[in-house]
Amino acid sequence: MLQLKQIHKVFNEGTPDEKIALKNMELHLKPGDFMTVIGSNGAGKSTLMNLISGKMTPDLGEVIIDGKDVTIAKEHKRSTFIGRVFQDPMAGTAPAMTIEENLAIAYSRTTSRGFKKGVTRLRRSFFQEKLETLHLGLENRLQAKVGLLSGGERQALSLLMATFTEPKILLLDEHTAALDPARAELITALTKEIVTTYQLTTLMVTHNMQQALDLGNRLIMMDKGQLIFHANEEQKQSLTVEKLLAEFQRIRGEKMSSDKAVLI
Amino acid sequence: MPTAIFGSIEAGAIYSLMALGVYLSFRILDFPDLTVDGSFVTGAAVAAVLIVGGTDPFVATLMAVIAGFAAGCITGLLHTKGKINPLLSGILMMIALYSINLRIMGKSNVPLLAEETVITKLTAFWKSLGFDDALQAIFSAAGFLPNTWGILILMLFLAFIVKVMIDLFLKTEIGLAIRATGNNETMIRSFSADTDLLKIMGLGLSNALVAFSGALVAQYNGFSDVGMGIGIIVIGLASVIIGEAIFGAKTIVRATLAVIGGAILYRIIVTAALRIEFLEAGDMKLITALIVVFALIIPKIIEKQREKQRKKRRAVQKAFEGGEQLAAIKTDS
Repeated sequence: MLQLKQIHKVFNEGTPDEKIALKNMELHLKPGDFMTVIGSNGAGKSTLMNLISGKMTPDLGEVIIDGKDVTIAKEHKRSTFIGRVFQDPMAGTAPAMTIEENLAIAYSRTTSRGFKKGVTRLRRSFFQEKLETLHLGLENRLQAKVGLLSGGERQALSLLMATFTEPKILLLDEHTAALDPARAELITALTKEIVTTYQLTTLMVTHNMQQALDLGNRLIMMDKGQLIFHANEEQKQSLTVEKLLAEFQRIRGEKMSSDKAVLI
Repeated sequence: MPTAIFGSIEAGAIYSLMALGVYLSFRILDFPDLTVDGSFVTGAAVAAVLIVGGTDPFVATLMAVIAGFAAGCITGLLHTKGKINPLLSGILMMIALYSINLRIMGKSNVPLLAEETVITKLTAFWKSLGFDDALQAIFSAAGFLPNTWGILILMLFLAFIVKVMIDLFLKTEIGLAIRATGNNETMIRSFSADTDLLKIMGLGLSNALVAFSGALVAQYNGFSDVGMGIGIIVIGLASVIIGEAIFGAKTIVRATLAVIGGAILYRIIVTAALRIEFLEAGDMKLITALIVVFALIIPKIIEKQREKQRKKRRAVQKAFEGGEQLAAIKTDS
């Protein structure tokens, strides 16, 4: 479903600030795969996400989604089949617009937008049905401005908006990192539920090793722009946080940096 | 005085189309678009030149609207494709349009007094309906005899129609995407919307309305002048801000109505201000700027005052509770 071939990305090439963000990155996700990505700051996780979503294009290599080469396709073109949830709960929704208007925007993702009414009665009941799956009571607040919702509620809504049109690829970029533990747990549970229901091919970046182990069927570890460890479905089941840390130390010959951020 | 107010409502209704355009760019797209100062005149110039050349005034006005749309689209292109800062792309377009407007008119002023215009045609149409006599009969008792009610009523009606169309448009799929573009660009791009195209379209529509207003103002005043656009953006902002402050902006439907109200109110304020003997017509721009400044600052001062009072109340309450506790301790011992 998603394939990255020989991806290279360098920032500030030819200047003293030159930084190799991704080196020889290879990735292959089968339909329905849910891969978690861990790695310290500067490992290239965000660059990886940006290359897939189209915010950046690679210097070398190919990005292939569902058999189509989208390496240089524009961000808004790609997003017809890529769902995204950002780290910042404010980033995934329009605060000045109502819940139903936000959902209507997400609903038109897969089609081209026209002069049809955004929120119709038929769509409204569909939105209500979908909101009920969040168990947050948002289905009764369709006309509330999204800016009035709490961070956790907004992130749950973002998750729903990114997924209910069943995108080919779902990208989750540390989408629970900015929430308090209870909210983060709620969003993690919802993520699990939604990805399983729709069988979405998912790539999730996280700083939280436990979360990376709890979710998904595959796991990769990145460091300094390279993929350094990959656990397949079987291997992942027997992994623990300790084993992951030991693995990192064995490969890199050094302790994982910023342990604190990584261990929470 | 009633005649003066009558005139300001007429003019306010015509200017409200411009204010609605400014609302689209300034509030909906969150884009402070200075093109307006140029595109307002472009509308006036195109309409005036075509009317003088013998084109039907309605067709001429339509052409003015199209010219305004084009001007807005170019500003949008400068900003999105040329990656020029919003304010600067507007300023560049405004200056460019000054020369273009002069070229269109061929001179700095085109009089329309002897021509048949949309305004004269509508007046004639209204007179043929015969409503004026009835209205005249009612108001003549108050000693108030305007030339015709037609322009006032038809222009208010036009402003209302445009308002309703904007309301409906902003609820369509494209409209929702335009609103989201002004509200959260990252988000709408992740939902497959081409924000560049939406911005260009939004600015085009905004300036189309501004040019429409310019074309009608030229026909209403009986001339098009290359300097008539100076400060139009500030008048538009004043209308939007005054309207929202007084009539509220909770929903789009309410906000667009508020903008029309604001535009009319602005005209009335200016007319009233000019009645003060000390002030001259040339002071109008200064008055406009001051109105905007006050409209922006006063709500903040009121908010601060309220905050202060709330704190004071809380302090008093706390002191009172403390006193009670003290009293309780005393009776205990």
